Order: sequence, then C-alpha cells, then structure tokens
Amino acid sequence: MSTTERATGRAIGMPLDRIDGPQKVKGTAPYAYEHHVEHPLYLFAVRSSIARGRIVSMDVSRAQDVPGVVIVVTHENAPRMADTRDQELATLQSDRVDYRGQYVGAVIAETYEVARHAASLVEISYEEETHAAVLDPASDGLYAPEVVNAGFPTDTEEGDFDRSFSSAAVRLDETYTTPTEHNNPMEPHTTVAIWEGGNLTLYESTQGVHPVGRTVARVFGLDRDRVRVVAPYVGGGFGSKGLPHANTMLAVLAAQMVEGRPIKFALTRQQMFAGVGYRTPTVQRMRLAADEEGHLTAVGHDVIEQTARFKEFAEQTAVVSRMMYDTQSRRTTHRLAALDVPVPSWMRAPGEAPGMFALESAMDELAEACNLDPIEFRVRNEPEIDPESGLPYSSRNLVACLREGARRFGWEDRDPAPRTRQEGRWLVGTGVASATYPVFRMPGSRATIRYEGDGRYAVEIGAADIGTGTWTALTQISADALEIGVEDVDLRIGDTRLPYASVEGGSSGITVWGAAIFEAARVFRERHGEDPSEGDEVQARTPNNPETENYAMHAFGAYFVETRVDADTGEVRVPRMTGVFAVGNVINPGTARSQFIGGMAMGLSMALHEESLVDGRFGHVVNQDLAEYHIPTNADVGEIDVSWIDEDDPYVNPMGSKGIGEIGIVGSAAAIANAVYHATGIRVRDLPITPDKILP
Amino acid sequence: MDAEVTLKVDGTDHTFVVDTRTTLLDALRERLGKTSPKKGCDHGQCGACTVLLDGRRANSCLTLAVAYDGSEIVTAEGLAENGELHPMQRAFIEHDGYQCGYCTPGQIVSAVGMLQEAEAGWPSHVTEDLNVEEITLDDDEIRERMSGNLCRCAAYANIVPAIREVSGR
Repeated sequence: MSTTERATGRAIGMPLDRIDGPQKVKGTAPYAYEHHVEHPLYLFAVRSSIARGRIVSMDVSRAQDVPGVVIVVTHENAPRMADTRDQELATLQSDRVDYRGQYVGAVIAETYEVARHAASLVEISYEEETHAAVLDPASDGLYAPEVVNAGFPTDTEEGDFDRSFSSAAVRLDETYTTPTEHNNPMEPHTTVAIWEGGNLTLYESTQGVHPVGRTVARVFGLDRDRVRVVAPYVGGGFGSKGLPHANTMLAVLAAQMVEGRPIKFALTRQQMFAGVGYRTPTVQRMRLAADEEGHLTAVGHDVIEQTARFKEFAEQTAVVSRMMYDTQSRRTTHRLAALDVPVPSWMRAPGEAPGMFALESAMDELAEACNLDPIEFRVRNEPEIDPESGLPYSSRNLVACLREGARRFGWEDRDPAPRTRQEGRWLVGTGVASATYPVFRMPGSRATIRYEGDGRYAVEIGAADIGTGTWTALTQISADALEIGVEDVDLRIGDTRLPYASVEGGSSGITVWGAAIFEAARVFRERHGEDPSEGDEVQARTPNNPETENYAMHAFGAYFVETRVDADTGEVRVPRMTGVFAVGNVINPGTARSQFIGGMAMGLSMALHEESLVDGRFGHVVNQDLAEYHIPTNADVGEIDVSWIDEDDPYVNPMGSKGIGEIGIVGSAAAIANAVYHATGIRVRDLPITPDKILP
Repeated sequence: MDAEVTLKVDGTDHTFVVDTRTTLLDALRERLGKTSPKKGCDHGQCGACTVLLDGRRANSCLTLAVAYDGSEIVTAEGLAENGELHPMQRAFIEHDGYQCGYCTPGQIVSAVGMLQEAEAGWPSHVTEDLNVEEITLDDDEIRERMSGNLCRCAAYANIVPAIREVSGR
C-alpha cells in the first residue's frame, strides 16, 4: 500500500481503521430493516406476470381470507398520490402494466410468512398487449434522446470524421457489446415506513436520505419537514439505491393504510431483478483510425442502448471517447430503443464502465495493427488539453499511471505476440487498459459544526455511507478542517434531520460534503475563534468552485492483468491484477484501497461473469438469483496490487481529492479482455467472456 | 401451524412460539431481535446469514427454526465475549476486510467455522491429497473454503489476509 504523506493536516492521509468497524464486525450496526419498531406489519409485493397491458380484474378474496392478513392492496384501494408524473414511482395508481415484475398489488399481514403466502393467492387477469423486451440494434424505432445521463450532449462531432476515417493508414471498425447487468448490493432494497399523525418516518436503504425524502414528499404531497428518512448504515448500492424506486413508494402507500403501525418491506433477491435499476445492454460501434506513426486521426463511438417506454434513462456510454485521447476528428452518438422493460438506472460508473470496455479494447486492437506496444500507443495519443472543453486539465497523470503500473507489474519483457505462452494446459497472457472518471459535483450540500464543550465538536451532514467509508473519511476531513484530533469529532450522518446532503453518486460525495465541512470550519473559526463557547454553531454550504470554469477535472488509472485460460475448457482465471491510480489526495489509504480492489473485482466480474438473461417472450430476467447471476466469489479473485501516484491537485476541492468509488471498475473489463486475447489469440468483443466464446 | 421451540442464542436460552414456516434466520431477526445474521438472498446462495449451529457453520435462511429445537446458535455478535472482539473480528477491522458490512458477520462466522473444519482435517475442493492429516491453509484453500460467502463490495483481497493472519496464530 502506498501511503501518501500529506504536508498539511494530520488526519487526512492516515489509514485510520473504520470508526464503524466494531459494530460492523459484530453485526450490530443497524441497517434499514433492523431498526427496532413496535408491532410492525409485513409487506409482500404482488408483481405483474405480463410485460405490457392492463389489469382487467384482481381477485383478492383467497388472500384476504388468510388469517393474519390485514389488507390486500391493489390499484383500486391504494391511496392516491399527489404527483404521478414520474411513471416509475406512480405505484398502484392505475391498471397499466409497463413491464414484467411491476408491483400490481401487495399484502399487508401480521407476519412475513403470512404476507408471502397470501401474496401468492392473489389472482389477476390481464389484457395483454404486444411487447418488446430485448434490445434489437437493427430496430427502426431507435431515437436520439435530448441529453444523456449527467446532462451530457447526446451527439458530438469535431473535425471531418468521415474523411479522416476513410483516408487513414490504419483503421478499425468493430462492434463491442455488453449485456444487461444488475447491481445486486448484498443488502436488499428495504424500507421500514411509519405513518403517524401526518408524519412519515422511513428507515431506508438509500444512497441519499435527503433526495429520497424530497421525492417522497413531492410524490405524496407532503411538506418536506413531515418526512424523515434515516439511513446510518447501508449494505451497498452501486447506484441502484441512488434514485428512489417504486419499492419505497409501495411501502409508503401501505403505511398510509395502517396509520400508526410500522410497515417492514424488503425485496427478495429475485425481486431485485426488476424495478430497482440496472445497467442497460450496449451495442457500441467503434471506428478508430491512425496514421503510420500511430497517432489517432479519427475516433468514432456510436452507441445503441435501451430505455423503458414509460421513462427515459440514457446511459452516457460514448462520453469517455470525447476526452480520453487526442485526435483530428471525432464523432460520438447515442441512440435508444424504448422497450417494455424496467427503466435502467445507475450502476457503478454508468457510461464509463461499458464505454471504456469498448474504447480500451479497440485501442488494444489498433495498437497491434500499428505494431506498437499498447502503452506506447496510448502515450502517443495523450492530449495536452481536454479535447472536449479545450480547457487544461487540473491534473492528468494517465501516463504516470501506465508507466508505474508497467514497472510494478513487470510489463517490460512482454512478447506482444498472442498465444505464445503456455504452462501445462493454461494459456497465459497479459493485458493493459486505461481508466478515467470525472470529478462530479452535486449542488446544495450543507454542514453544521457546533462546539459541544470539553474540546469536542459535532459535525452534522445528512451524508451516506454505503460502504465507501464516509463515516471515517468525513471524520478525518472534519479533524483537519477544524485542526483538531479525530477523537474530538462527533460526526453525524444519514438522517434528514441533519443538514441537506446530495446523493452518494458519481463518486461526488467526499468532494462536495468535504468541501461543505471545510467551509463550515472556516466560517466557524472566523466567527468563534480557536476558543469557542459551548453551543457556538455555524452552518455552511459547499461553495462554488470557480476553478471548474478554468480546468477539466478527471481521475485516471491504469490496469495490468494476467489471465490464464484453460486450453481445454475455456475457463478464464485472473491470478493477478495491478491498478495504479491518479486520484489527487487520498483521504484514507485503507478505505481507498478497499474501494479500488472492490471496483477492480467488479470489473473482473463484468468481464467474465455478469449477464442478466432476458426471456423476450415474457420480459423477465431468467437467471434472477445469486446462484445463476454470478458475482465474483472469493475463489474468483486473485492477487490485486493497488497503488496510487502522488498527485497534487489544488483545483478540485479543499482536500485536493478526486472521487474513487467508481474508477476502479472502469477499464478493468477491457484489461481482462485484452489479456485473454494475448493468451489465446481470440478477441472477445461481447461480454461476458464465457468459455463458449473461447472454445473453437 | 405454530410450534414452540427453544434456542440457545449467543449463550442465552429463548423459548417462543413460531409459525412452522419460519426460517431460523427470520426467527433470529424478527422474533429475537438478533440482527447480526443478515438476509441477503434467503436462498442459501450468499452466506450473509451464516451462524454456528451446534458448532458448525450453517446458512440460517435454509433452515427452519422448528427443525433445530434445542440447538445452540452463535452469531457474530456472540463471538465477541464480554465486549472483547474475537481475533477474527479484530483481523477484519485491521485488514479492512469489508466495506458496506452487510456480509461481514456471515463472513466472520464462516471463517471461524472454516478454521475449525480445517483444524479437524477436512479437505476442500482444492486440497491435493484427500488423505492428508494436516491441512495447510494457503491462500487458495482460504479462497475456496470462503466462497460460500459473497461480498459484492469484493473485499476478498483483504478478507484472505485477515483470515490467514488468524489461522497462523
């Protein structure tokens, strides 16, 4: 582990153990379902068995007759929402069915067992309509969205792409595809909802208590201060708990029907394969061209992906190709197919993860076509300024990552020829890929600092810790911002009674929450000095960062991978991975390292394992559990060597840090695909790389 | 149908009436308030619900509470005695063998049970010699024996050294 010493401050940069560690290892840290409530009722959802149509009738009599059942909820008796514009959230508000697995009813009962059994007894007849649930890139119904996720333009064009591409010395024109993938955090999406006297309390598994609270208030027509959302511990999210989904709305509806009694609602693992977001499948045509010296002359990245007919989500898959490398001409496009499916949403590094699989695979192919080492090829195409905005980078150390990674991994003596190393039945190969992730900022976060006497300071912000280490990192940031010891910080997060915090998404949390804390500490010292009185308090917002007008801000990384491919079975093993990152200042080397090894292993999983198989006849995911949707096990993951280079970036935020939650997955899959090619001579452009794609 | 069961959980006896459909996991979490074992899949596929059931690791979600009347159960919470963390718990903290923490109690209980299995000479899928008397717990053995416990945060590269450290003591 590289522990970067920081000149200023004492806590930032220290590998402090997680302050929530003792509770987590005992299992006593309360996740959403585990907050103690008196006399709860249990909710179990009834889901549609058709992909499109309308409900003609529902027979709830058998369910209602089960002893212990309190209410069977349907679209006919559910409370009306105040705002149904967001069709994803407008749960049980009409007889429409927009996708298979949509909530069409629910049972409220005294026990979980009764609720689940009774839910199976609800009989529904439908009027079915013709549906389409599988992405067809040849469909004539594709359309261009107005913008893509995170507000990026749908298409871009610079230079004369067609001419540059057609006249180039070396050209590549290949299509890369990635499948539907589901986030699958270990903790299911869960809500405990209590409706009492016009006040709503939610214990929620979420990446942002305030965004959930505001959405629920809007949808149900409640004052914001009547909705309290609590989430001190969250069992992972990876984006699926970033935006509120229908399951939360269903729990609130149910709570409103049983005034005063808490509703406990956790999705089953199978139910998490519809309705809580997923990564769209992508079809990506890459056209790259280079001159004889290996300088890119054209970069074309045309993406086809899916959205739901009832709500649009457009993943920003081609955006990485706009800034990654220097070229004379460039074209990027996004086209969508609107299908009768659940709406896709965020899954770790939406855009970057699938986009960099295609770009970095194509770069590997073009490097070979140019007879260049893939590292040298990337170095030759390193831009001096951000090609998209024309701004200089606040810091861009991709080349340093590539060079340092090559040294750590032992790249120097690599024979570039594919299928040249065999050990027993194992074909051995190595591969490299780059990664990038933008420094996103979300607006509006605030932090309160209050002196509580005896040298102790309360720091309050409604931030989330989904495993990212927020509890620990914000404690370290608070200590340095106030120039006190970490033991004198009382951090409070995960509750809407605390000041507003933006969602833990886009790897933006530490940037904006940390900046709010720094600002609050500055104002606190200005007003109250070094010797405050008990009760002295200051609240401050994340200040605008004027440097975002002057600099392009991105994190970078490089991966090196060894793969061993069984020549007889096509099984791919990854005994070792090296990742080197340029992410500014690292707040906590221990938790940061965990983010990187976790992201890289999720990239391994994207490369080799993950694929949600949709049965087009019915519109559902067939392999909807953890036995058939394979996420990596301990035995799938080998040695992971993680380090980062010293990077001093004074422009990004007061901590000098860049987000690290997502970059670990970006490029990891491409590095593995490139290593599989080197091992076998077989270029797999369609993820995941399963044995059938390797065997002859 | 209801039935009365007695379970000794983390050293304390509990006698209570359960719906016979109640899993051991739901009995622990919903009836006894013992939320250390977690529900990740309810199908024995993720291992988050792992407890020591009469001394052996078991998926409590795949087990009906009535089937284990009179049994002794140890959860991760119970591994910590008198407020002192178990060495495996301390090793997970020191190696940061977790992120979100949801699979962690199951990982830790599973690791403790696994060390006992190895100590007893039980071979695994990667053990070369099935008749060997003493199991050498190298990293591949640890990875194989811990593969019933999924971690979506993928802290595996930290979990393995944490367990290795405890096994070497």
